[in-house]
Amino acid sequence: MDVLTDNFALYGKGFLGTVQLTVYASLLALVLGFVMASFRVAPIGSLRVLGTVWVTVLRNTPLTLLFFAVLLGLPRFGLVLPFQLFAVLALGCYTSAFICEVLRSGINTVPKGQGEAARSLGMSFGQTLGTVVLPQAFRSVIPPVGSTLIALAKNSAIAGAFSVTELLGTYKTLNELGYSIIWTFVWIAVGYLIITLSISLLFHVLEKRFGVAR
Amino acid sequence: MTAHALHGDMESTALYDIPGPQARRRHLLYGIASTVLILALLGWLLYLLFDTDQFTAAKWSPFTYKGIQELLLKGLGNTLKAFAYASVLSLLLGAVLATGRLSVHRPVRWLATLCVEFFRAMPVLVMIFFIFVALKVQPLPALVAGLTLYNGSVLAEVFRTGVNSVERGQREAAYALGMRKTQVMTHVLAPQAVRAMLPTIISQLVVALKDTSLGYLITYEEFLHAGKLIASNLDYDLPFIPVVMIISPVYIGMCMLLSWFATWVARRQRRNPKVEGAAAVPADPAALLPGEI
Repeated sequence: MDVLTDNFALYGKGFLGTVQLTVYASLLALVLGFVMASFRVAPIGSLRVLGTVWVTVLRNTPLTLLFFAVLLGLPRFGLVLPFQLFAVLALGCYTSAFICEVLRSGINTVPKGQGEAARSLGMSFGQTLGTVVLPQAFRSVIPPVGSTLIALAKNSAIAGAFSVTELLGTYKTLNELGYSIIWTFVWIAVGYLIITLSISLLFHVLEKRFGVAR
Repeated sequence: MTAHALHGDMESTALYDIPGPQARRRHLLYGIASTVLILALLGWLLYLLFDTDQFTAAKWSPFTYKGIQELLLKGLGNTLKAFAYASVLSLLLGAVLATGRLSVHRPVRWLATLCVEFFRAMPVLVMIFFIFVALKVQPLPALVAGLTLYNGSVLAEVFRTGVNSVERGQREAAYALGMRKTQVMTHVLAPQAVRAMLPTIISQLVVALKDTSLGYLITYEEFLHAGKLIASNLDYDLPFIPVVMIISPVYIGMCMLLSWFATWVARRQRRNPKVEGAAAVPADPAALLPGEI
């Protein structure tokens, strides 16, 4: 118990670091994932290839390798940014591949006839997409997007091991200060549980509000 | 997946019709423009690589030495060793936990549920660090234990879904034939469940394979660790980018092979009438269960 009360500031900093990392990386992943998903369903061959390569490569890359390449490799390349930003970049790009696949399968769940009906009513491409296809796709992807973002939050722990200020990273300092290592980890675990359960709760509410009623 | 989705991307979407001659000309134009843009981006990357002297002989020479090649091979061997242990053990743990969750005894069910939910909610790395730092376990067993706890819990849910997806009548028929509870599970339900979930199980093994690289963070001498040793060698002018260029294709290649295997199994099963009953659950390897990437 002392570990938490004595080092509340340190834990707080680590906790906030994880939350920040999760939020920024989620935004990047959602935006990039959306762009790549639209590439993958586009009628233009080269964009489809780009989307497919992006997804296939990133889905099969170990995240540790990606962090290794981005956090330690890019600086040698002449690109120097704060560590935190590199971590957001690596996490966001990695997760975008999974978000892309979720969105794409969401678009594919909308029956073909819906689009045909919209077009036969004289709707433009934008109208078909915006008023018929996307609202339905959006509803069916809420739960899997939630799962993907929970995975992102958990994966952010790797950034801590690569010396980005983050929840897991706090154990090093506390270990040196001589606190009980078991309790140190108990509170780290609680921190992660709070974050993942909050995301889970948020998406539960979203699903209740917007999800497909069956 | 609906039937019409199998006929390639062009027809599977609700987004647009099959293009006519005018639309096809327009698409060609867009296609050329985006190809030029992508190629320009690639060219710029290549220019950056040359500009920062990534292709000098000094940076690539280490890979011609036998000692370095052996170091990389040893690392790869250690990666595969951790993967082999972790996959076998997590399949076992998954089977045990799934049995627990399907048990008729309430305390057993609760305990198994608690284990599964807890280990799925924790970041794998936190578990690995806990075992490595707090319990003072050697790197390899710590890595394998962490991967086993996590992937075992995820696999338990996969097995459980598989068993529950087997038609009710199968179980009833087996009981009617006088089979005992254990016999029903091992002779009737489990074989069908494993068959239906095989693609998902293989995809989960891809996750385990990818996560062996976490061993790098606890000084386990695996493939990435070997790469790091070479990359930080001053004698070769810190060949960091060349190392990344050598080890990434190996990692990505291994994972892609396993992913393709999962997709191949899934496609084969779609044509197989034997798994039809149980395969009602989506056995799409691309589909993700809670937080398992």
